[in-house]
Amino acid sequence: MNNRKNIKTLIVKKPLKLDCGKTIKDFPIAYETYGSLNSKKDNAILVFHALTGDQFVTGINPTTKKEGWWSYAVGPDKAIDTNKYFVICSNVIGGCMGSYGPSHKDANQKVFGTNFPVITINDIVNAQYNLLDHFGIDKLFSITGGSMGGMQVLQFISNFPDKSKTVIPIATTSSHSAQNIAFNELGRQAITADSNWKDGNYTSNETNPGKGLAVARMAAHITYLSKKGLQEKFGRKLQEREDLKFGFDADFQIESYLRYQGSVFVDRFDANSYLYITRAMDYFDLAKQFNGNLSEAFKNTNAKFFIISFTSDWLYPTQENKDIVIALNSIGADVGFVEIESDKGHDSFLLDVPDFLSALKNFLDKSYEKN
Amino acid sequence: MKNEFQVIADLIEKDKKVLDVGCADGTLMKFLKDNKNINIRGLEISKERVQECIAKGLTVIEGNAEKDLKQFPDKSFDYVILSQTLQAFLNPELVLDELLRVGKKAIVTIPNFGYWKVRFHLLFKGTMPITKTLPDEWYNTPNLHMCTIKDFFHFVKSKDIKIFKSLALNNLNKSTINQSNLGVKNLFADLGIFLIEK
Repeated sequence: MNNRKNIKTLIVKKPLKLDCGKTIKDFPIAYETYGSLNSKKDNAILVFHALTGDQFVTGINPTTKKEGWWSYAVGPDKAIDTNKYFVICSNVIGGCMGSYGPSHKDANQKVFGTNFPVITINDIVNAQYNLLDHFGIDKLFSITGGSMGGMQVLQFISNFPDKSKTVIPIATTSSHSAQNIAFNELGRQAITADSNWKDGNYTSNETNPGKGLAVARMAAHITYLSKKGLQEKFGRKLQEREDLKFGFDADFQIESYLRYQGSVFVDRFDANSYLYITRAMDYFDLAKQFNGNLSEAFKNTNAKFFIISFTSDWLYPTQENKDIVIALNSIGADVGFVEIESDKGHDSFLLDVPDFLSALKNFLDKSYEKN
Repeated sequence: MKNEFQVIADLIEKDKKVLDVGCADGTLMKFLKDNKNINIRGLEISKERVQECIAKGLTVIEGNAEKDLKQFPDKSFDYVILSQTLQAFLNPELVLDELLRVGKKAIVTIPNFGYWKVRFHLLFKGTMPITKTLPDEWYNTPNLHMCTIKDFFHFVKSKDIKIFKSLALNNLNKSTINQSNLGVKNLFADLGIFLIEK
């Protein structure tokens, strides 16, 4: 699964105290960069990936051999223009693309599995902060990301208020809702119910809970799309057959599509990482870190915020994004907000949605001009 | 830029913090930002206009003044601008109260239904008036609560709102409205511009 060549890694020597109370040190952060850092070091954009993303934002991912997850948005002359900006993205800790995670080995050379410490979004951004020192960047030009990437954006600027000029959370929330937690729990239950999961020790048992992980992915994938989008793309179309077969094979195209999504996911993702990262999302509640007052999270920053939501996103709906806008306005922060019209559901931020991409580009380029 | 915007801009001192409610494509915002170093924010309901503002590098929030002004703290802006939009709200009184809560001062402009051309149109044609500032037909106009300069003048007085400046605009002619010339201005101005405070 993990083709580790072509993976750049920073070993973080400094101990990092995690929210769970444990401390990690000498741990790897796998990252990738695009474009080049200018001499003033003021053109860097830190991109945060979502649940199943990785550091390979654009171009061909060396592991999957497919286009990077944000190829529509990041690249030469694109919204996040790598001719102009230096883009950094790292795999989250807990992940499975080279950063410290449950598939790594402990001091006794035993694979962690569920002995890996439970991590939070706060831990994830604190680990990533080391990349700034690594590149000698005093202040980023921007931080951005969608979904769980947006949660990291919010946590990062709260933890490091003077470390980015602009802040772009996309299709996200400041607090995981009961519905969000419910869907994640469904995914986790699918994994742990797979007899090949072996309490997380599938590596030493030479098994793989692929079926459970595929079901987790299928369920999650539905939440990334809109009802209208699904209906338009698949409707009740049948899969390579003239009529219903009166069985449980994939009669409908949507079934076949979901099965395919599940199967390709298993090839590139680690089941325990899925447990850890969904847990980090569920634990995310930025307001709670400030006694229920979300505005307090942002009171020390002068950064310029631009928040983007999508009309058909029911996973992180517009209102949850607007709650962040409201918290920022209540302290007089510099915040812009736009809701993009799209039928493509939560996944809109990853897709070719021209209004979104042009808003992102215009915001970045106009803010950079003023540098 | 519209003459109205020039008059509004002249009412605002340099380096102030301003909210433009219903900022449209951001023309006035950009002028204030570039020429008066104004820390400017916009609130706009149309997605297309919001995109135009972003393309101009302006800070804009997509939203509805009737619902979204409440998120701003009391007196958080030096000025709040509302250009030719008050009559289009379901509840103009509530919006006016919100403008004066959020802004230390508010600049409100209204298309004058008392303008002589409007009166003549209704009087002689017997159909709903269509003019430069009121360009829509009765069935597709966004305007729900038309008023005259005189109506607005009396309305703000009745609410104990302080009028700092009230200006009548007719094409390029700008003049001051006061209690004694109100009737005349109400007939000859197509636009009223009010600088108010509560």
